Amino acid sequence: MLTAALIIFPLIASLIVFAFKSEKVRNIALGFAIMEFLITLTILFQFNKTGNNPGLMLNLPWIHSLGINFSIGLDGISLMMVLLTTFLTPLIMLSSFTTNYKNPNVFYGLLLLMEMALVGVFVSLDGFLFYVFWELALIPIYFIAAIWGGANRIRITFKFFVYTLFGSLLMLVALIYLYNHTPDHSFSITSLSGVSLSRGAEGFVFWAFFIAFAIKIPIFPFHTWQPDTYTDAPTSGTMMLSGIMLKMGLFGLLRWLLPIAPNGVEDFGIYAIALAVIGVIYSSCIALVQSDMKRLIAYVSIAHVGLIAAGLISQKEQAIAGGVLQMLTHGVNAVGLFFLVDIIERRTKTRTISELGGITNKNPLFAIFFMIILLGSVALPLTNGFPGEFLILTGLFQYNAWVAGFAGLTIILGAYYMLKTYQRVMLGNTNTITEGFTPLTMVEKSVLIIVCAMVLLIGIYPNLFLDFINPMVPKYLIH
Amino acid sequence: MKAIIILSALGLATMFAGIYANKKLLLPLVLLGLIAACVFNNLGWNLNYRVYHDMLFFDNNAIAFGNLILGIAFLVFLLSGDYFKNNLEHLEDNYSIIIFSLVGAMLMVSFSNLAMLFIGIETLSISLYVLAGSKKNSLASNEAALKYFLLGSFATGFLLFGIVLIYGASGTFHLQGITDYVILNRGALPTIFHLGILFVMIGLAFKVSVVPFHFWTADVYEGSPTIITAFMATVVKIAGFAAFLRLFLTCFSSISAHFVPILCILSVLTMFLGNITAVYQNNFKRMLAFSSIAHAGYMLLAVIALKKESYLAILLYTAAYSFATIAAFAVLMVIKSNHGNDSIENFNGLAKRNPLMAFALTVAMLSLAGIPVTAGFFAKYYLFSTALSTGYTWLIVLAVINSAIGVVYYFRVIIASYFKDGETAAIHLGSIYKLVLILCTIAIFLLGIFPNLLIDLL
Repeated sequence: MLTAALIIFPLIASLIVFAFKSEKVRNIALGFAIMEFLITLTILFQFNKTGNNPGLMLNLPWIHSLGINFSIGLDGISLMMVLLTTFLTPLIMLSSFTTNYKNPNVFYGLLLLMEMALVGVFVSLDGFLFYVFWELALIPIYFIAAIWGGANRIRITFKFFVYTLFGSLLMLVALIYLYNHTPDHSFSITSLSGVSLSRGAEGFVFWAFFIAFAIKIPIFPFHTWQPDTYTDAPTSGTMMLSGIMLKMGLFGLLRWLLPIAPNGVEDFGIYAIALAVIGVIYSSCIALVQSDMKRLIAYVSIAHVGLIAAGLISQKEQAIAGGVLQMLTHGVNAVGLFFLVDIIERRTKTRTISELGGITNKNPLFAIFFMIILLGSVALPLTNGFPGEFLILTGLFQYNAWVAGFAGLTIILGAYYMLKTYQRVMLGNTNTITEGFTPLTMVEKSVLIIVCAMVLLIGIYPNLFLDFINPMVPKYLIH
Repeated sequence: MKAIIILSALGLATMFAGIYANKKLLLPLVLLGLIAACVFNNLGWNLNYRVYHDMLFFDNNAIAFGNLILGIAFLVFLLSGDYFKNNLEHLEDNYSIIIFSLVGAMLMVSFSNLAMLFIGIETLSISLYVLAGSKKNSLASNEAALKYFLLGSFATGFLLFGIVLIYGASGTFHLQGITDYVILNRGALPTIFHLGILFVMIGLAFKVSVVPFHFWTADVYEGSPTIITAFMATVVKIAGFAAFLRLFLTCFSSISAHFVPILCILSVLTMFLGNITAVYQNNFKRMLAFSSIAHAGYMLLAVIALKKESYLAILLYTAAYSFATIAAFAVLMVIKSNHGNDSIENFNGLAKRNPLMAFALTVAMLSLAGIPVTAGFFAKYYLFSTALSTGYTWLIVLAVINSAIGVVYYFRVIIASYFKDGETAAIHLGSIYKLVLILCTIAIFLLGIFPNLLIDLL
């Protein structure tokens, strides 16, 4: 029942928030989001890490005659995804208090609606239900980016929408195809993964799912919507997109693609990994020459998720565990980095790296926060980036040393461009633009403190999360 | 059967009532008549009865499609009260002709004899030729009527010729007789029989505007009075596809290999031409015209699949399509009365001028584009699923590409109403329009979230 509450609560909350016209609505929305987080914590504490959790499963008939059920449930891995979603949503809302959005009731209502859809994606155990939530998540973010976004928002969000929708539709075809081959005509994940197809048909299913997920993640060469959309969306939208939404794609790889098309993964997994690794290097190289900070982080994000995707598809135990951990890390870091850029942009009215400099002199506290989050992003030991990336690379090395070697380049390149950016933005002499860099507000401090605490917590004690993840990993290995 | 009699009587009554009675009473009379027809239609549920020596066969499919037609007609009549407000002179004529065309539509969903199919189509079409030209002072309306009439008669010729050829080979007009004949002579059907199927197909394809028999659609939709366009876009499609499926599934399913390849090609052409042309339209009415062509392409997939589930697929799809289309036309009528033309630019800033209209329009467009949790998504899913289960993967992949193209033009309307700035003066929405928009929106969500309400019935 608690699992259903995770979906229903934000839905009701969003309807209430939509109805509120007052300025106070953002406090109410934040309250709702925190309550949702508390529900997740309740689940977390009563969760049986090694065994089954029948109390968290729910299976209600929906369109029964067609084998479509409202079937939801949580295991250690999906619980981590839900934790990420319900942890980041209130944090993103809090960070949005620094900006006054017009029509706040619509804005926060859409954020809660999106949280509902995202949680739905992570807990679905029925292919049809999964698809419905998957598509549903797209509508709120489309409106958020298109109403409150930057100058080119209409064209860019439209491209984003059509691009991702096309991928999803391909997945729908594959889902229906599989459904037609299930003996009991059911969409449940066990029936779908039990289907035995010819090698060729499974290849089709593999690519249909992979492209849908690759567009969302995004993996090279399906990433072209991402930098524009991240740059142009309002900061909260970008945080939702990079922090949580792209995890839908990564989670989809793990939860749906691997069990459903094991032979496809065996036949074509190497190509998918190759694309992911090419994307890692390609986007790292582009990040080296970016002048806009928000765009830079968008490319950094492509590099990080490419590595995670490669790890998941490699089918090695460490790589999968590391990949899931790294999803949490990436969510926290992406929100932190985009918020840092947002703080700088609101004070200096620019995101161009070359125009900035010497912020440390004006605000040492901000420099410390920036440094911690940055170190997490470049995977320094004791920060959250390290255990995940280490595990992924270990797994990839078992898979193929060359792949691991190329993928490992991202750590070196990442350290280079991130530290270079830090040097040019934070160090050096103050100029006329950064001269008036005002101290951090309470809201900004609290968000940054929470993010930094998470960076250190995952970095120092990753077992807190790995204990949930590890027992589930063997389920996702192909035997 | 009683529903058809009630409708015919209602049509006559409306015509005469206009002379004697107060014209304000006309609309309530018609609405009551429609409700009565719907009630009597449902009395035949599960009875599966045949009337007039098997001229008509009322199975549950016929009744379900009849309900849908009557329901959509009810919405159209609700809207028409306001639309005809300034044109009371010929109100009773317009009403009775619309009702007569409904009689034709009801025949088309329940025929069991090719002669009844022909009578149904002709009753529907001739009424529509008149209705298309009912704005008699408008050049565009006259052009629409003439174009529709000339091309429509030509298509009727094909249909009739096809029926005659089938009769020539099989010696019967009854669907049951033709089915028996086909099964008996499966290996050695004469050429004229195949030719007959082809000609009937052309005739029906014209009525539901399938490429390459679609040329009339955009001009006729644009020129006709908007309320008639709304009626044409919905009721004709429902009745047309119901008849198409009824004929082909009952009679020709055992020799499907002979004509399904042609239908596949027609379907692909229709989807691509409809969707791609719609992208380039600036006139909302023309855009909906091409969108209706595109949807005809999708619906052909159910005819191609040619199985029992196809009925449900078509029923769900036409229902989803009709509710969204009615909502879109209702919004268009209000916008047009404020601006005077059908350009999409008139929708700019709609969200600020009237949030309810913008919301209902958005839901309608999302449904037409096939986004969960609207009716359009489930209908599309079920349609694709039906076609895929008979093994047309490549066709479905093409249909999916088309769905993505479709999003381009449906979202243009959403973008215009939410993200573009236009006039700011608030639009007043009459209570009838409000009612229709709310009903359509509820229907779209209801069918999208709980389609089992409908599925479990059939």
